[in-house]
Amino acid sequence: MEIQEITEQQIWLALENVKDPEIPVISIVDMGMITGIEIRDSNSAQVTMTPTFVGCPAIDVIKKNIREEILKLGFEEVEVKVDFETQWTSDRMKPSAKIKLEKFGLAPPVMLNDGELTEEQLNKVRCPHCHSTDTTLRSAFGSTLCRAIRFCFSCKQGFEQFKPI
Amino acid sequence: MSNAIRDLLFKMADDALIIGHRNSEWTGIGPMLEEDLAFSSMAQDKIGHAQALYKILNEVLGEADADTLAFKREEKQFKCCQFVEQPIGEYDFSIVRQFLFDHAELIRYDMLTQSSFQPLAKLAKKVKGEIKYHVMHADTFVKQLGNGTEESKARLQSSLNYAWYLSLGIFEKSEFENELISENIFAGEDELKKRWQEKIIPILEAANLKVPATDESKIVYGGRKGFHSEFLKPLLDEMCEVVRTDIDAEW
Repeated sequence: MEIQEITEQQIWLALENVKDPEIPVISIVDMGMITGIEIRDSNSAQVTMTPTFVGCPAIDVIKKNIREEILKLGFEEVEVKVDFETQWTSDRMKPSAKIKLEKFGLAPPVMLNDGELTEEQLNKVRCPHCHSTDTTLRSAFGSTLCRAIRFCFSCKQGFEQFKPI
Repeated sequence: MSNAIRDLLFKMADDALIIGHRNSEWTGIGPMLEEDLAFSSMAQDKIGHAQALYKILNEVLGEADADTLAFKREEKQFKCCQFVEQPIGEYDFSIVRQFLFDHAELIRYDMLTQSSFQPLAKLAKKVKGEIKYHVMHADTFVKQLGNGTEESKARLQSSLNYAWYLSLGIFEKSEFENELISENIFAGEDELKKRWQEKIIPILEAANLKVPATDESKIVYGGRKGFHSEFLKPLLDEMCEVVRTDIDAEW
């Protein structure tokens, strides 16, 4: 087995320790934010990521956390690049992440499958508290860029949803 | 060719930064909580888009970094249209402005996904999805208010009358127009304006609104050439106040 192969695996594993600062139960790997890993030599590596939302204020924190986590593996130099070579969509979120989101109290995004967002899609949302689908959109804008606010008619609680985008 | 791209990027980024700042002025005073949240969120989006565009100017075209471009340029250097400089006014004006501006912005980004200038094409594919939510918000309120009470209809019409010729200033052409088209960077302001009118006029009519008459002489041009309304300088003075107080401050 090549040393490099193992090391890339290790990088992926280490990245799972880097959580989304605004949703601490899921990692940036779960979110599908990592788009590239390059091991330049035994001393340096580069991680490429794409942001969930262009205006996300957590990007600098995430970059710093990635750098710190990968430096722990033994590299002397870690570069974190942010670009739009691959554009993030909520479809990149792993199914396991969606389950964690719901347990956390945030309704996961519906799949877009490369289609355009429709109003109908915005309505297919299950309440994370009681699992009823008798819910409505209160506002497409929530406490962070990635969240919408919804209300459940069954259990009469408000909840937030990760926006399909 | 790079000057054509530079000009396009500056006007897009400056539009986003200035309207993003105006959006943020609703924070704390929105007519209801969800709307306060909506404009605050959309402000963050728009300023993020401006930052991404300034980043392309910096990394690909050798301009200064985003913070410098946003906070340390003079009024004359800005290429935003005069429409985005207008104060927020009352809610009906802000809704009408969002409706007119964001529809144009969405179509512009949609056209740019085909651009031969890759950095912008890739950003456009991302930004499009985000602006879709802004446009949906504007559509919802234009439809609701246009089909609402006598007051809501009157206010909306009055704001539309005020905003219309300002909005047409979005499409002011630069000296690089032919180059942008021939190099497949961007299909041009005329094409954008045509698609914009095709999109918004049916929505306005369904909201019982009358689109003002065509009158070229009333269109508010100048912003793209650095000639701004009396509103931009006070906006910049306020927006840049902290930076200007301590130019090397870090936080």
